[in-house]
Amino acid sequence: MRKIATGNKAVAEAVKQAKPEVIAAYPITPQTEIVEQIAEFVTSKELGSRYIPVESEHSAMAACIGASITGIRTFTATSSHGLLYMHEMTNWAAGARLPIVMANVNRSIGPGWNIWAEHTDALQERDTGWLQVYVSTVQEAYDATLMAFRIAEHNDVLLPVMVNLDGFSLSHIMQPLDTVELGDFIPSIHLPHAIDTEKPTGYGGLTGPDQHYLFRWEIERSIRDSVKVINETEADFAHRFGRKYGLTENYRCDDADIVIVAMGTLGKEAEVAVDNLRNEGVKAGSMRIRWLRPFPKLELKGKEVVVIDRDYSFGFGGILAKSIESQIKRDVFSVIAGLGGQEVTYEDIADFVRNHRTGEEFWFGVNANV
Amino acid sequence: MYEIRIHSRGGQGGVTAARLLALAAIHDGKYATACPFYGAERRGAPIVSFVRIDDKPIKVYSQIKKPDMVVVLDASVMDVVDVMQGIKKGGRVFVNSASKKEFDGVSSYHVDLTGIALKEKLVVAGSPILNTPVLGALAKMGIISADSAKKAIREMFSDERNVKAAEAAYQEMIA
Repeated sequence: MRKIATGNKAVAEAVKQAKPEVIAAYPITPQTEIVEQIAEFVTSKELGSRYIPVESEHSAMAACIGASITGIRTFTATSSHGLLYMHEMTNWAAGARLPIVMANVNRSIGPGWNIWAEHTDALQERDTGWLQVYVSTVQEAYDATLMAFRIAEHNDVLLPVMVNLDGFSLSHIMQPLDTVELGDFIPSIHLPHAIDTEKPTGYGGLTGPDQHYLFRWEIERSIRDSVKVINETEADFAHRFGRKYGLTENYRCDDADIVIVAMGTLGKEAEVAVDNLRNEGVKAGSMRIRWLRPFPKLELKGKEVVVIDRDYSFGFGGILAKSIESQIKRDVFSVIAGLGGQEVTYEDIADFVRNHRTGEEFWFGVNANV
Repeated sequence: MYEIRIHSRGGQGGVTAARLLALAAIHDGKYATACPFYGAERRGAPIVSFVRIDDKPIKVYSQIKKPDMVVVLDASVMDVVDVMQGIKKGGRVFVNSASKKEFDGVSSYHVDLTGIALKEKLVVAGSPILNTPVLGALAKMGIISADSAKKAIREMFSDERNVKAAEAAYQEMIA
């Protein structure tokens, strides 16, 4: 059924259909609409979940952890400072191998106080063991949220999944949304290490130096295995519902001489820049990174690369640019743009390509000559 | 792609107007996005929202710099904001006003939406509702079909006076 929805409402709609048994959340701009809408679904009994209105994000994640360890489906949503406040618990969720699904509406970190889009919030969580996907349309926010539950709960994964959408530019934009008849797309959850009162077991015990590294390795092994699970899940989604995704979304890349790499809405707007550049005779393409963890193998052989980071690692560089350079073992043109909702248009993106200087870093709006 | 910028004041329903317009365009079988610009809004402050309509999926998220059309729900914002900024040559402007406003190089349209809302007693918290009648005016201008405009209004509002107000705006406007 086709309707119009914001990115936030699309996530809430997907959660309603995935039917988590427990939702624990704390509101924060620009995510609030997700948990407000879910609370409405629970109040109107359209959704039979237990909704726990906790007093903080740390508690939201702790409540999801407590619920998830009993072997049930759980969901929460947050943004920016809320995500950072959870940080201790996000590590716990991954370490305890709990398939919690969380929507994070990407927002900058203050001060200076700012409520607009930036990816630095989620990127600060990149080493926790969570899988992370970044979406670019209202439809994709809905589709990715549905798929997140199946991927997280797959027995070859059993890790939490974070669905990331850009604050305001996607969370609050209204676009067409086609909802699906879910059927048995998300199988019922079976957590092998769920609490069973018939068979009492210890949780969170001390793991000594002779064991701890094995737990770390198990997380890594599962993240590697998740590639197969993501591909299978997305293939089945495409088969059932007709919409195809991938670890990356490649647009006119095959014969491209130069490729723009970005995430989220900027990655989608880059496609317009590509069309315009092609009309000028520049063989450009765009590659939108969807899954940040597991980090995909990028097909960039023989192509120049312009990376747009809506994030920054101080004293180091754009997080995507540095990740890509380490993978392809050569320099890119690193653009830092869109921080705190900074306006970046497809014309600006085309300029990044026209004026690219491989090996350099360019802060949009700071450096003078692009 | 047809790009529309809506000027209003916080609390006047400019965001809902954008949503209704996009929804009606979707009912017409088109692609549409409605995108409020979120700044530090407060009730009464001038705000803008954007609507894009196209025959293919819309990939642009940045603000509209060169609108094909400008909609002014509150003529008083024209005292403080250059509503015509960037408008394309040959573009169109619609102003909620009982009298025609002249602008260089664009076609100007007007209907007294406030009068229509007051006549239909469409008033919430002391403010006349402008976002449903404006859809009638935009249908008359051919941006959306009249049927889709009514369908969109009925999907969002159960009070049939909203549809009546849109019909009145449709009839009163000289296109």
